[in-house]
Amino acid sequence: MHPALSVIIFTTASGAGYGLLALSGLFAAVDWLPRDGSAGGWAIGGALVLVTGGLLASTAHLGRPERAWRALSQWRTSWLSREGLLALATYGPALVFLAGWLRPEAVSWGPWGLLAAAAALLTVYATGKIYATLKPIPAWNNGLVVPGYLVLGGLGGMQILSLIMAATDQYHERFGWIVLLFATCAALVKHGYWRDIARAPSETGSATATGLGTGGERVRLLDAPHTTDNFVMREMGYRIARRHATRLRQICTSTLFAVPAMLALVSTLTDNWFGLVVATALGTASVAIGTLIERWLFFAEARHVVTAYYGTETV
Amino acid sequence: MTALPDSPSGRKLGLVIDLDICVGCHACAVNCKEWNFAGHSGPLTDWNSFSGTETRDGEDAGAWGVWFNRVHTFEVGDGPDSRTVHFPRSCLHCEDAACVTVCPTGASYKREEDGIVLVNADNCIGCKLCSWACPYGAREYDHTDGVMKKCTLCIDRIYNENLEEVDRVPACVSTCPAGARHFGDLGDPDSAVSVLVSERAGYDLMPELGYRPTNKYLPPRPRRDCADSEEVPVSLADLAERDDQAIGSGLLRWVDAVLSR
Repeated sequence: MHPALSVIIFTTASGAGYGLLALSGLFAAVDWLPRDGSAGGWAIGGALVLVTGGLLASTAHLGRPERAWRALSQWRTSWLSREGLLALATYGPALVFLAGWLRPEAVSWGPWGLLAAAAALLTVYATGKIYATLKPIPAWNNGLVVPGYLVLGGLGGMQILSLIMAATDQYHERFGWIVLLFATCAALVKHGYWRDIARAPSETGSATATGLGTGGERVRLLDAPHTTDNFVMREMGYRIARRHATRLRQICTSTLFAVPAMLALVSTLTDNWFGLVVATALGTASVAIGTLIERWLFFAEARHVVTAYYGTETV
Repeated sequence: MTALPDSPSGRKLGLVIDLDICVGCHACAVNCKEWNFAGHSGPLTDWNSFSGTETRDGEDAGAWGVWFNRVHTFEVGDGPDSRTVHFPRSCLHCEDAACVTVCPTGASYKREEDGIVLVNADNCIGCKLCSWACPYGAREYDHTDGVMKKCTLCIDRIYNENLEEVDRVPACVSTCPAGARHFGDLGDPDSAVSVLVSERAGYDLMPELGYRPTNKYLPPRPRRDCADSEEVPVSLADLAERDDQAIGSGLLRWVDAVLSR
């Protein structure tokens, strides 16, 4: 699949934003988000900035962005529509949560933090479902796709929250352990996913796509319908060399697991304010870069069954 | 709107494509483009048609554009038993059309009355998700209009009372010089196309994905092995040697002798 930059930026930024929002809501409920100081305001506000930036980037993927509001109408069947509605619905509790946090004497944030957390989680779940329900892309039609989106959103959010806590001098070593937990989950989910998609190819290929190979005959493309690439080949026929994929997977493992895990351990041990800020900032940068690469790879490695009409014998 | 119809009428208009007859001339694809350029989903725009330097709509050089019909040519089998099969590909107007259900706007829809899958270009936001959801590559994005386009089964022909009745078939069907394309109601078991499908063992493409396409393909008929009656294949090189009694073989030998002198 062609990796579209707007979609990669959208899922990376909004994913981390929703992760940050969900964690802020949950931590506020269990009193892990300090009431005094500015950390909570930065976290909730920062989450909304990331989410909004991501959503705006996603409209760059549309041919007709001025009609984007129409995408809110088909929630009964379309996960993309559900994602849009949930994304908008999240703003309600999130803004009340933020207002209540900044002006507790005027607005009671009470259950709104948890409601914002639930809406944020559901939005990322819907994002994952858009991909996971597409049967023509076997690599995406996989049970680990939704957990992948959720866990990377959580990791990104947790890293940013750690950075905010460190910068506002409210860091607690439990944040380091939670980063380590998310990084470990990310490594497990992504490695499980890569193992899954490397398994035996799907039964779909040029034989079933044409129906001409049901007796076991090989079906090879002899002559393509057109001399240059059409939309279908440009959008669905993107390919990445296995050599590059292997290297990028190694970079993902380093940036999404090894580096943040190591820095999280350093963060739990250090008492130096500056060292803590540098460690959490580097961890955040590492996860951001890692997520962008992981998303790019998620598209680039996924094969669409329509390629069976364009020379791929097994998809 | 993008929910599939609850109570389909039972009519399933579609195509039956005979892979035994198709000669791979691409006339269906060309006439489709011509009719639909000004049709329901028109225009079907092109880029880099006259030079390789128009980069505004394309990402690189080379002509490309929106077509609803594509003719692929496949080689099936190996060695002397292999055969060439021309394979026209277009929208199959599936019963479980995921391109419709994934659409967030309601621009994609499946008609209750005849099962035709259409795009309302006025509502489409050009998110391209329907093209990802279609295993058959039936949907193409029009960069100029910013919307998705697809085969309409020539809805503006098949119900068009301004046309002679004989012309009320999709453009690809009317133009096929070999008679390899048939149009009709596949929901009616007694229709000509349904009878054709049952007689010739018409089949679905990628049945394993469960989209239940309406269009059917008829397989190539078994090869007639004419050489069997001669026991061994006839080779031209030793035809004269084997056929001493034939009229003309003496003449050929004399010509050969004269020319070899």
